[in-house]
Amino acid sequence: MKTPIVSLKGVTFQYDGQERNALNHVSFDIYDGEWLAIVGHNGSGKSTMAKLLNGLQFPKDGEITVCGMKLQEETIWDIRSKIGMVFQNPDNQFVGTTVQDDVAFGLENMGIPRLEMVQRVEDSLKKVKMEQFLHQEPHHLSGGQKQRVAIASVLALRPAIIILDEATSMLDPRGREEVLETVRTLKDEKSLTVISITHDLEEAAKADRIIVMNKGEVFREGTPDEIFSMDEQLVQLGLDIPFSVKMAKAFRAEGIQLSKHYLSEEELVTELWTYRSRM
Amino acid sequence: MMEKMIFGRYVPADSLVHKMDPRSKLTIIFLFVCVIFLANNWQTYAIIGIYTFFMIGLSRIPARFLYGGLKPVLWLVIFTFLLQIFFTREGTVLFHLGPLKIYEEGMKMGFYISFRFFFLILMTSLLTLTTTPIEITDGLETLLGPLKKVRFPVHEMALMMSISLRFIPTLMQETDKIMKAQIARGVEFASGPVKERIKAIIPLLIPLFVSSFKRAEELAIAMEARGYRGGEGRTKYRQLSWKMVDTLQLVFLAIITVLLILFRS
Repeated sequence: MKTPIVSLKGVTFQYDGQERNALNHVSFDIYDGEWLAIVGHNGSGKSTMAKLLNGLQFPKDGEITVCGMKLQEETIWDIRSKIGMVFQNPDNQFVGTTVQDDVAFGLENMGIPRLEMVQRVEDSLKKVKMEQFLHQEPHHLSGGQKQRVAIASVLALRPAIIILDEATSMLDPRGREEVLETVRTLKDEKSLTVISITHDLEEAAKADRIIVMNKGEVFREGTPDEIFSMDEQLVQLGLDIPFSVKMAKAFRAEGIQLSKHYLSEEELVTELWTYRSRM
Repeated sequence: MMEKMIFGRYVPADSLVHKMDPRSKLTIIFLFVCVIFLANNWQTYAIIGIYTFFMIGLSRIPARFLYGGLKPVLWLVIFTFLLQIFFTREGTVLFHLGPLKIYEEGMKMGFYISFRFFFLILMTSLLTLTTTPIEITDGLETLLGPLKKVRFPVHEMALMMSISLRFIPTLMQETDKIMKAQIARGVEFASGPVKERIKAIIPLLIPLFVSSFKRAEELAIAMEARGYRGGEGRTKYRQLSWKMVDTLQLVFLAIITVLLILFRS
């Protein structure tokens, strides 16, 4: 699991007409098969990172390697075929007039023969449980459903890496859970690497590893447990701590000792109702 | 409501005309527009009329939908009819209408041209009523395919059309949302003098424009991320299939054309 699939070395990026670097000498590795969350408040450079990984923007300085290929003009299309991206706005990434057309769009671009296309469209829609919406038009779908179609479109291209660029931020809680659950299942099934870029720490909490970005630099890197032990620092970075972590902190202040620093809501509940028996 | 205006055009039904390939339908319409000018007496107009109503019968489209297509152009038909009647001065005088003389030729021309209009509108309405916009786009893309040789951007045009079709409902919803937001801020869209009402459109249009540009940019990025790099080397998911009906329909129109040539004076 510890083989890097993506690595960034001293990546610097600056938007035209801006003084400050959007990214400043950023270096880190992303390992094959892990779920990495990149968090940070608006303008921390996390979305820029997604665009760089996919070659939608080129770094001013530094080097990006994806699946053993150095990112440059010549390799850009090969790299894009390895990386699937799901963007924030469900509407603005829906290209086709119906669900099936949208999933087929990427396949058409790759010049896949029609018969295989039909098969792949069907398969990937089944994977996200949208197969009964084949002929549906986008404006009849909910946000969560549209994002699932976006995932299917990405899946049909058989990528090694999926980047969720704030993919759940415009969804209601139910849609968010739908989308994350789908990605989680797929990740296990297809041993995908998932990079989720988000400002929602609840979402990041479920990742294997978290990178906290601030002012275009990697501020901290670690497991969710390690990251959430930063408490106040996270708040200062403009991030909102999950409810369960806040609760755990309050308990600790009251002198109630809990087993580890980060607990999901369920873990917290379990820990609390078994608390007496452990004493 | 606005959605109905554009999408209410296509009437789904299980008819022979619905099943036809959009390519053959487009070709037939194109030829029909040319052929209709062969008609120049009542026999040939009768042939065209019978053909038109035969096609309508085949399509099983209820008459009220066809009337919907006719309504906006009805005034134009009446206007041309009157123009012909009053300004043609040939043949014998039929009767006097005050100071105006109505000639036989004028009467004839008036009727012929109105009928020509009438049949043209019926046939073109039939196309949009029995074919989805996306089918028409696909049909056009293949029919215009040969133009790629002279560097006419056929693929790009078809993609633009399908993206527009895809975004019409989205933008409608957005317009509705912005309208409500502006009404909540006291803008009146439905009442007041015309000048005020036109002014009220501005706070509706500007946000709509801004968001459309944003959408366009994001869509372009999403398309690129999914490997879009122009029409070169692309395969197609949607498939058109030319069936027996399509060939038969073209043959049928050829027969009609021959009949028209035989009967025209």
